[in-house]
Amino acid sequence: MLQSWVIIPVSLAYVGVLFAIARYGDRRADQGRSLIANPYIYALSLGVYATAWTFYGSVGRAAADGIGFLPIYIGPTLMMALWWLVLRKIVRISKANRITSLADFVSSRYGKSALIAGLVTVIAVVGVVPYIALQLKAISHSFTILVQYPEVVATGAREPVPILSDTAFWLALLLATFTILFGTRHLDASERHEGLVAAIAFESLVKLVAFLAVGLFVTYGIYDGLADIFAQAAAHARLAGLFAPLGGAAGSYGSWAWLTALSMLAFMFLPRQFQIAVVENVNENHLGKAIWLFPLYMLAMNVFVVPVAFGGVMHFAGLAVDPDTFVLTLPMAEQQEALALLVFIGGLSAATGMVIVETIALSTMVCNDLVMPVLLRLKSTRIAERANLAPLLLGIRRGAIVAVVLLGYFYFRLAGEAYALVAIGLISFAAVAQFAPATIGGIYWKGATRAGALAGLGAGFAVWLYTLLLPSFAKSGWLPIGFLEQGPLGIAILKPYALLGLEGLNDITHAMLWSMTANIGTFVAVSVLTRQTVAEQAQAARFVDVFRREGGDLDVHPWKGTASLPDLVALLGRFLGPERAQAALAGYARRRGFAAPAAMPADAGLVQFAETALAGAIGGASARIMVASAVKEDALSIAEVRSMLDEASQVIATSHELKVKSQELTRATAELRAANERLQELDRMKDDFISTVTHELRTPLTSIRAFSEILHDNPELDAAEREKFLAIIIQESERLTRLINQVLDLAKLESGRAE
Amino acid sequence: MLRSEMKGQRLVAVFLLGVLLFNYPLLALFNRAAEAFGIPLVYAYIFCAWALVIGLLALVVERSR
Repeated sequence: MLQSWVIIPVSLAYVGVLFAIARYGDRRADQGRSLIANPYIYALSLGVYATAWTFYGSVGRAAADGIGFLPIYIGPTLMMALWWLVLRKIVRISKANRITSLADFVSSRYGKSALIAGLVTVIAVVGVVPYIALQLKAISHSFTILVQYPEVVATGAREPVPILSDTAFWLALLLATFTILFGTRHLDASERHEGLVAAIAFESLVKLVAFLAVGLFVTYGIYDGLADIFAQAAAHARLAGLFAPLGGAAGSYGSWAWLTALSMLAFMFLPRQFQIAVVENVNENHLGKAIWLFPLYMLAMNVFVVPVAFGGVMHFAGLAVDPDTFVLTLPMAEQQEALALLVFIGGLSAATGMVIVETIALSTMVCNDLVMPVLLRLKSTRIAERANLAPLLLGIRRGAIVAVVLLGYFYFRLAGEAYALVAIGLISFAAVAQFAPATIGGIYWKGATRAGALAGLGAGFAVWLYTLLLPSFAKSGWLPIGFLEQGPLGIAILKPYALLGLEGLNDITHAMLWSMTANIGTFVAVSVLTRQTVAEQAQAARFVDVFRREGGDLDVHPWKGTASLPDLVALLGRFLGPERAQAALAGYARRRGFAAPAAMPADAGLVQFAETALAGAIGGASARIMVASAVKEDALSIAEVRSMLDEASQVIATSHELKVKSQELTRATAELRAANERLQELDRMKDDFISTVTHELRTPLTSIRAFSEILHDNPELDAAEREKFLAIIIQESERLTRLINQVLDLAKLESGRAE
Repeated sequence: MLRSEMKGQRLVAVFLLGVLLFNYPLLALFNRAAEAFGIPLVYAYIFCAWALVIGLLALVVERSR
């Protein structure tokens, strides 16, 4: 009963449910009761990492080499452990600078360079559009197989069908519609797409349930538990060899390690992962729970891969059934219609989730970092002078969405069963891994320059093209195969899979080794050889020191020029719409403590605020161009900034000196005051002493005088009496002398000259 | 801030443990044609190590909040 008239309505109903969830999510967001503001939804939406390539392809890979698929999921687990350090920083930077895409992030770090933004966009589009094609292929493939029910066909290879009767084409259009409806509601792209994220989280749940259902069915329905499957596999000639596959079928330990590292980087830098993890992040505290919830999701997704693969290989022994389809064909072979339909829906959810998010991320980049800068620079379009650019911007973004999806569809039609499409998963990973040095280096190393990032990205991308993409074209027959086997023009040393004679590695390991060497090498070398401009320096500091600067948009970087408030208001109004521009300005005025926007001075802070607000709508590089056109800027030269810095540091040094001096003065005053007090005390003591001594002096003096007067007045005194009085006078004068000597001694003591 | 730094450092330690567990030479020790609980040894080892890493991540994140 699984005719196309059953499958198609069920699929449409499923997409209808997605629409309903997205609508509900958006409505809740408008009411301010966010549906997605919790870590569980955040962790589930990260599950967009698991695409149809995971859903169908993991089993295929496991059937071929046992555990070769696992590094792709262990890598993200390891990366999650580093998220608290790395991703939290990226999220913080992105929120402070209103960054809306990976291209925007990299270009903002390097002085808002439009060139870098363009290059990142090109790499992302070239690397990822074939990956979108792979998803469309998976859906079309699984549909072709399911529709043959109850017959299990060998492969899902399709007859060529005209575009208009191709289900994949209509599905692509449906997905583009969904993405446009829920991905381009507002212009300010830093306002997140809440409904869309809710739908993606739901899709993650559906694919997990579908995969677990088929895993349980194969393990406990067809076979008798895990032990039974492995016991039977041990007796199977080829599968027994996969019991210890490392170093053999699954590749060397080196390629295992490289694959883990590659998937760690891809998990960070695939445009869809950046979109979900950074741009759509509601609250950076959600990272905490996601750090262990998401790896748990990956673990659950992979538990049954090997049992299903081994079970399929044994079940279809002798039949030419493509292992990539085991997930679907095993339930079909066992007449489980409902389960087969559930699996198809699970695959559909894996593929559509990836296509939707990847398309949003790519279309934002294409619009903001490729189309807008060109339009704004072309004087002939006079685009910058239009009154309201919001509709035009939305139009470009919607056009970009349709273009990306259709590009994916036509690549799928063109490539079909070609190797270039089948192997694209890891090739895409290697392409986006090229963003890692410029991004990670950029947030930890202030010295990384624009020229360095440009050179690194360019070199890495070129090596990737040469060692992975072109060979995949050659294997597909689009280039002469001699390019691979003898090297271009027969030059053996340039063979793409054995560059400079480096043999014995698999293609991904070989390409990663060379591209990362070229990328990191030129990035570092050019960075240390070139100088940063002022704008770059300011941005570098904003990025690297983001945790030390908590000033938000009140934190202003050096800027010199003249601006007028009406010009800036008009500029914001043209891109954001007048009401939103007014609301944003009023909010900023309040934060700075002004009653109304009109009262604000048109200073560096306001110009920077306008630029950041615009960056949310049209990307950092385009915002730079627009603001530069609206205000009169004097370029700050390095010398000026340096002299400003010198001046500032001199003032700081002088004030420090002053502080030290005044402290010394205070100390000296205190000492003086203490000394003075001591002196006064001494003085008082001397006075007391002198009055006492004077009193003492008076006694002998009085007696000398008295006896002298007696002798003077009575000349008739007898000799004995006279003798006696004279002796008293001598005695008293000796006493007087002694007293005076003592006073003199005391004076000597006081002046410190006593021996 | 201090607690957040502490958490970051503990998570880096778990990362290093993960790198150790999922690479040569530890991986090679289990890459033998043997079984544990009816499951080939290397598969059982990888999934157990994986669960261990997730458990440690959960412990670090949840305990320090």
